[in-house]
Amino acid sequence: MSVQASNPAALLGDLALALVSGAVEVVDLTHTLDPDFPVIVLPPEFGQCARFRMEEISAYDHRGPAWKWHNFTCGEHTGTHFDAPSHWVSGRDVPNGSVDEIPAERFIGPVCVIDCSQGAKANEDFELTPEVIAAWEAENGRIPEGSWVLMRTDWSKRRGAAYLNMRDDGAHSPGPTPEAMRLLVDERGIRGFGTETVGTDAGQGAHYTPPYPAHFFLHGAGRYGLQCLNNLDRLPATGAMLIATPLKIRNGTGSPLRVIALVPNQGLPNKDAQ
Amino acid sequence: MTTPIAPPPKKDPQQRTRVQTLPSGARSRAALGLTAAAAEGRFMLQVCAKCGTVQYPPRDACGTCLSVDLPWKDIAPEGRLIAETTVRTSTSTYFRERTPWRVGTVRLEAGPSIICHVHGDVARGGAVRISNRLDKSGQGVLFALPAERTQNMEDDPQLREMTANPKFRRVLITDARSGNALALAQAFAKAEASIIFVGEAEGWRPYPHRDELAAIPGVQLLPLDVTDTSSVAELAAEIGGKTDILVNNARFMRPGGILARGDTVFARDEMEVNYLGLMRLAQAFGPAMLGRGADGQNSAAAWVNILSVYAYSNLPALGAFSASSAAAYSLTQCLRAEMRPGGVRVMNVYAGPTDDDWHQPLPPPKVAPQALAKAVVAGLKDGLEDVFVGDVAQDLIDRWRAGPKILEREMSETDGGAA
Amino acid sequence: MAGRSIARKSYDGVVLAAPATVPYQRFSKETAHWWIARALRQSLQAAGLSPRDVDGFSVASFSLFPDTAVGLTQHLGLTPRWLDHIPMGGASGVAALRRAARAVQAGDADIVACVAGDTNQVDSFRRMLSSFSRFAQDASYPYGAGGPNACFALLTDHYMTAYGATREDFGRICVAQRDNALKNPHAVMKTPLTMEHYLGARMISDPIALFDCVMPVGGAEAFLVMREEDARAAGLPCAYIRSTIERHNAFPEDPIQMRGGWAMDVDELYAMADAKPDDINLLQTYDDYPVISMMQMEDLGFCGKGEGPAFVRAHDLTIAGDFPHNTSGGQLSAGQAGAAGGYIGLVEAIRQVTGGAGPTQVKNARTALVSGFGVINFDRGVCSNAAIISGAAA
Repeated sequence: MSVQASNPAALLGDLALALVSGAVEVVDLTHTLDPDFPVIVLPPEFGQCARFRMEEISAYDHRGPAWKWHNFTCGEHTGTHFDAPSHWVSGRDVPNGSVDEIPAERFIGPVCVIDCSQGAKANEDFELTPEVIAAWEAENGRIPEGSWVLMRTDWSKRRGAAYLNMRDDGAHSPGPTPEAMRLLVDERGIRGFGTETVGTDAGQGAHYTPPYPAHFFLHGAGRYGLQCLNNLDRLPATGAMLIATPLKIRNGTGSPLRVIALVPNQGLPNKDAQ
Repeated sequence: MTTPIAPPPKKDPQQRTRVQTLPSGARSRAALGLTAAAAEGRFMLQVCAKCGTVQYPPRDACGTCLSVDLPWKDIAPEGRLIAETTVRTSTSTYFRERTPWRVGTVRLEAGPSIICHVHGDVARGGAVRISNRLDKSGQGVLFALPAERTQNMEDDPQLREMTANPKFRRVLITDARSGNALALAQAFAKAEASIIFVGEAEGWRPYPHRDELAAIPGVQLLPLDVTDTSSVAELAAEIGGKTDILVNNARFMRPGGILARGDTVFARDEMEVNYLGLMRLAQAFGPAMLGRGADGQNSAAAWVNILSVYAYSNLPALGAFSASSAAAYSLTQCLRAEMRPGGVRVMNVYAGPTDDDWHQPLPPPKVAPQALAKAVVAGLKDGLEDVFVGDVAQDLIDRWRAGPKILEREMSETDGGAA
Repeated sequence: MAGRSIARKSYDGVVLAAPATVPYQRFSKETAHWWIARALRQSLQAAGLSPRDVDGFSVASFSLFPDTAVGLTQHLGLTPRWLDHIPMGGASGVAALRRAARAVQAGDADIVACVAGDTNQVDSFRRMLSSFSRFAQDASYPYGAGGPNACFALLTDHYMTAYGATREDFGRICVAQRDNALKNPHAVMKTPLTMEHYLGARMISDPIALFDCVMPVGGAEAFLVMREEDARAAGLPCAYIRSTIERHNAFPEDPIQMRGGWAMDVDELYAMADAKPDDINLLQTYDDYPVISMMQMEDLGFCGKGEGPAFVRAHDLTIAGDFPHNTSGGQLSAGQAGAAGGYIGLVEAIRQVTGGAGPTQVKNARTALVSGFGVINFDRGVCSNAAIISGAAA
């Protein structure tokens, strides 16, 4: 990928104007941090990800007359969140593997959206396979190196128990196969991979070899994960820019964050008039 | 027989909720022995260790031989009503609001005569069974019951003042997910509770007995996560004004003590649920309950905490959990003091190992959820403050009373089984 | 307690004089100090004495707190060499007499002023009841907080069951006392009481109804104890003490109170006075409820145990009757002025035997029996005592 624009300042200026005019739209891909938002459920003898919790410190009252503020607690992997390489055992020795060490430029990149929503609608255990990727590339071209790749399933529209979709044999939700992850990581050199589900892996991802292939391959190669994304249906298959900047937590393995995308607004030539 | 109470009418929104007044709670230190016994539903009096004289009223020296060694002992409850009166005017606002009020003099077979509250079914001059109850001020008082059970005797208005009978009351049970919740809801339905709210955390996760729970008549499942302040506050805003009995049933427990765990993650969860969960519930539901202690037949009556008996003495195999239980236990003492002005009983039900996943490797005896639920309802009907369910809990508290330091050493030899 | 080794000394040479009653008030904004001061002043004025002449002081009061007799000496400007504070409620009058008489007899004091008084502020009765005694606080007040009404209701209920007494029997005592009270200008109750009124009154604590209960009032009573020669020198009418008895916590084995300590010592009472019940011209019992007056009639030998109902049916208890009883109207009709209720009968008896009772005067009243009963510590009155006094030396 190479920037053709002769003048970076002019490029940013154009972008700023486009943002103001609405020619470039900002799409929020984030769920609200809510105490009742599902988190991944592991067997209870394992440690569990803390749910988002918020306690009022004061609210213009005897605890602080003119101000309102809260303390909140949560896990690094609560809500819409970022997975750093050090999150997974395969990434334990990756350089710059924790959120505080990742260079800031790594958080921003072009994004490819693979629409699996029809498949996920038909099959809650829908798999993203190399074949699905090949079909996407046939239509949209090869996935550029350094891209964020998002798997759109419309899972973010599910509510309550249907989201985790937990049954006696575990959760059922779509995700990538090991082969697909190898393809994306090793052959396409993606920057990171994101999903609408509670993890980058399928609900039944523990039963692949290796288990949790998205985590295993992404983080083993120093790439990133995004999960619990929202509004993926508002992104084009290609041509958008994704910004995902986790909190700078020392030795952090991830963090809740606000994920946004810059999207060209094709259908709105005259937004200023509205 | 007692006239059965009728289901209370819907509240008149134009009338001020009656403010709880209390009978006199002033007592000498010696008399608090009666309160301590009443907390467990025992009828105990001082018995002189030197001459064997049964003493009443409680005192500091034997009225026969002047010995000051007057241990409290269980006393045969039989007696006869030798005089009675019906108080129709009283200097106490509490009694003035509740007259006519029957009191009597009972000659105990054990010796002394006592002045006591008298159940409506006791015949003039009749045989009675003395029961030691906590009154609305939380002090032990003696209550003469008919020697034989009579029909609807729990509905006697004076007796109902001493109890937290679930009949026609609205109950909130927290943590629908726990196995106890199902048994508790069944027991409260059987005890004629009018509504059984069951708080359900993380509705996005299924659990096995949900359908069975929801099918119990009177059960309403509502979102409640005791680790989430806003969730607790929201539910209290909805049903806090009609929660007459609250059963704090949520519990987080993992095996292990300090060194093997190596972190504070589970310990934090244990504190979040077992200790702070209780505090959140109390802060959200307590004020409304405190204000509704005298709100008619279905007044706010009791707050129940299901606690581990290891609150009293740490079981190192469950060391961190035991510590959170101890913290919760201490908080219940504070809650009891704070709820007392509202006449709301705070009852702690202590169990040893319960029959659930976390005690699965342990040998019996274990407390089955049904046994626990039965003890909760029975304790409410008797108006108790402390209930020890099952052999392990009873044995532990006996040994704790005999010598907490000895018990501490014994506990470190005890296999928690869950480790 | 039998087999007392030495005979008791007589009260020769000691007399009672200057009876004083401060007219009672239903409610008073004043304090016990105020009431006691007025009674003391009235008694001393009657005797022509000043506070400086008083070298002995005996006080009974429930509402002096935080003061005691000690604080009163400074408050009232007294400098006694003998001081007493008697917490015996309805038994405090006879108790004061007994103690003061021995002090004067022994020369420890020359003139002892005995005073009882209490105020009745609007809420003071309730406050007094809730902290009356430790046993009451622990073992009776929490049971309906009926106070003495409920305790005496239990005793009355038991007595009625045991001896077949009816409410009408108790009514006879109350009706007769109201009749007496109508002659006493200071009595709080000023309207006649008929048996119909009595029986038709509302229940307070069954079987105790309105007219079985005393009305708490503010008031004070006083008298002086001094040497006979001093009284004579001052020209004071005086009464002689012929005998006394006192007993506390008698018959603790009785499951409920059916008798008082008088029953233990009544023989000694008459023997010391060299008298018998027939010699008594009038009886002043402690009458906070009629059942206890009836028990006193029995225990003081006027009839046998359980014969009280028949006795009151057979006798006229009014001033002009054959058995004058509580001639000032007693507490039932004159009001109960706290600890002064333990003095009312004694002060009236001093007036009676010295011919100073005025409108309530019993004709030819020479010898009176006064009995005291005090302190429902738990389920029964603990203190009981009695004295026989005469208007002339024996």
